[in-house]
Amino acid sequence: MSADLESILRPVDNPMPPFPAKHVTIASGEEMVIRQVTRDEIPDILPHVAPLIYVERDFYDVVAARVYSELLSYYRYRIQDAYVLVAQIDGELCAVVNGRMATPEVGMSLHTLAMRRGLRIGAHAFAAKMEYHMDIMGQQEVLIVAESPIGFRRWMIEYNLEKRFDVPHELGGVPSWALTKELFDRARATLVVGRRPVPEELLEKAHAAILPPSDPPTPPEDLLAATRSQYDSTGTALILQRWRQEGKV
Amino acid sequence: MRSVYVIGIGITSFTRLEYPLSEIAAYPAMMAMKDAGRKEIDHLYVANMGSGRVNHQTGLASAVVDTLSLTPAGAEAIENGPASGASAIKTGYMAVASGVHDVVMVTGAERMREVNNLEATEFVATLTHPLAEYIYGVTLPSLAAMFTRLYMEKYGVTERHLAMVAVKNQNNALKNEFAHLQQEISIEGILDSPEAMTNNPYVAEPLRFFDCCPVSDGGACVILASEEVARKVERPLVRLAGVGQATDTHAVHEREEPTDLLAVRRAAAKSFEMAGLAPSDVDVAELHDAFTILEIVESEEVGFFPKGEGHLALERGETAIGGTLPINPSGGLKGRGHPVGATGIAQAHEIVHQLRGDAGERQVKDAKVGFTCNFGGFGNNVVCLTFVRGN
Ligand SMILES: CC(C)(COP(=O)(O)OP(=O)(O)OC[C@H]1O[C@@H](n2cnc3c(N)ncnc32)[C@H](O)[C@@H]1OP(=O)(O)O)[C@@H](O)C(=O)NCCC(=O)NCCS
Repeated sequence: MSADLESILRPVDNPMPPFPAKHVTIASGEEMVIRQVTRDEIPDILPHVAPLIYVERDFYDVVAARVYSELLSYYRYRIQDAYVLVAQIDGELCAVVNGRMATPEVGMSLHTLAMRRGLRIGAHAFAAKMEYHMDIMGQQEVLIVAESPIGFRRWMIEYNLEKRFDVPHELGGVPSWALTKELFDRARATLVVGRRPVPEELLEKAHAAILPPSDPPTPPEDLLAATRSQYDSTGTALILQRWRQEGKV
Repeated sequence: MRSVYVIGIGITSFTRLEYPLSEIAAYPAMMAMKDAGRKEIDHLYVANMGSGRVNHQTGLASAVVDTLSLTPAGAEAIENGPASGASAIKTGYMAVASGVHDVVMVTGAERMREVNNLEATEFVATLTHPLAEYIYGVTLPSLAAMFTRLYMEKYGVTERHLAMVAVKNQNNALKNEFAHLQQEISIEGILDSPEAMTNNPYVAEPLRFFDCCPVSDGGACVILASEEVARKVERPLVRLAGVGQATDTHAVHEREEPTDLLAVRRAAAKSFEMAGLAPSDVDVAELHDAFTILEIVESEEVGFFPKGEGHLALERGETAIGGTLPINPSGGLKGRGHPVGATGIAQAHEIVHQLRGDAGERQVKDAKVGFTCNFGGFGNNVVCLTFVRGN
């Protein structure tokens, strides 16, 4: 029998308008480009998501593991009506955000993963994804959840999201929160910023290559290793720490 | 009174530290013992503000002295809000100067990231006046914001001046491997670009996000000793020459002139008097910039610049590394971070590096006299320390 199983397993995407790239000057003064990536670019992103699976803080582990699987599913056609946006500075990958068009009216925000911290890069990337759902796809609301307290601060508190607890979110079936059109309009002036079109030179650099994050979050060092090694003539603690940093153990 | 010297220093990274609080206090202590080349300590003071409330741990000094295997040395914790660190140093100073002890370890630690930022802000707010301030929902950022507004109106300080302090200190922190914030910021990004208001939103107007120090975990330690002990230690001599403390009304609104920080003025004057020095003798200072405005105002109140002119000195670049009086080369609370109980000791740690001449990229050239101001409450309990190189 030669049934084409792949054509059964592979979902057929509904048409979605493309996200027009934009650029933002971040707190460092650098220009950050936020743009949609194509399926072909996913293999360039995955290696930079994978190490975050081992970072426990701020639920990077849970979020990175889920993002990895969502990106891979997108690449291998196992998720429907999904999109991925990235934020880049001089080509460097700084954040990944993704989501789905659940119905023509309702968006499903999946994840936001910031790879450089302290500059509201994650917040800008999240705002771009809300803009995609509301302004570009013209949806009525976006369902959102947060895994981490900082995510809760950034989304639920900063956007003053509404509870939609009767609707289980696709992420773990947990109660949803909703960004409505009205809330989005209220946030527009303060949270949703950026300029279009992106200057040619900036956009070219972003498309040329997705470069590795220069300072991604890492698991904490063993604070007492150096000191323990003082009392440990074999230096095992220090060696172990180095191995851990190098990912050998 | 005997002379008192700093013979050893240690510090942790200021960031989020997922270790027991007693280890955060013990680690810099062990580094300091290594630095001093001695493990014999007569007495231990542990500076901390919130262990009971935030970490559900009391009797911290007993835990730390045991973690360090320093028993049976005496040990106690010192709590004086965000000035706990310098208060503990002052207490250690008295113990050595009086001849009661020869070698005293002063270690400070805080683990505030155990709770989320909202709870951390609430915890720090408990230092305000319980009936006149706290019950009305006052927080430190809101008090500082009201103070800033008054200061701006009276002395012409602008948001640009505040941003200049933020940029200077956060970028100094890039030269400090132990500092919490390791991200460069620019005036363009936080003040001038079309996206600046989103990058740097108001927290409590007119104070914005980058005007506030981050919430950090961290520990720092100094070991104080008599001259006899210090001379045997193979480290450049750094003497703690002046110790000054002063208090002011608990509630800010009770002050006759709320833009004056009298406790800072008085604590600094006492510290300089004891050291036999003047503000003009200082080569490098660490001031308590929990909010950017505080660096400007303290730089006036301690006597570096005339009242109302701190922001002009900032404009002229005098307080930058390489300027005539560098302030907060470590990054200050703004860049290095502010684990409240450890901050005063971290300030001293930086000054000792500077006076030893081993502060690396952030070294202030030929620094001989260093000064710290550790600001407790909202300026109601302040400790200032003056350090000198050599004798
Ligand atoms: C949630 C998330 C996307 C937010 O990203 P963001 O908007 O870029 O947030 P930032 O990194 O700018 O904010 C936190 C940083 O601000 C900096 N900061 C805090 N206070 C500061 C201050 N007063 N001044 C300057 N910087 C400060 C710190 O560096 C802090 O990092 P730290 O926690 O290591 O100390 C990002 O934290 C993330 O990817 N987390 C892991 C995954 C996750 O939780 N995703 C969301 C799931 S819903």
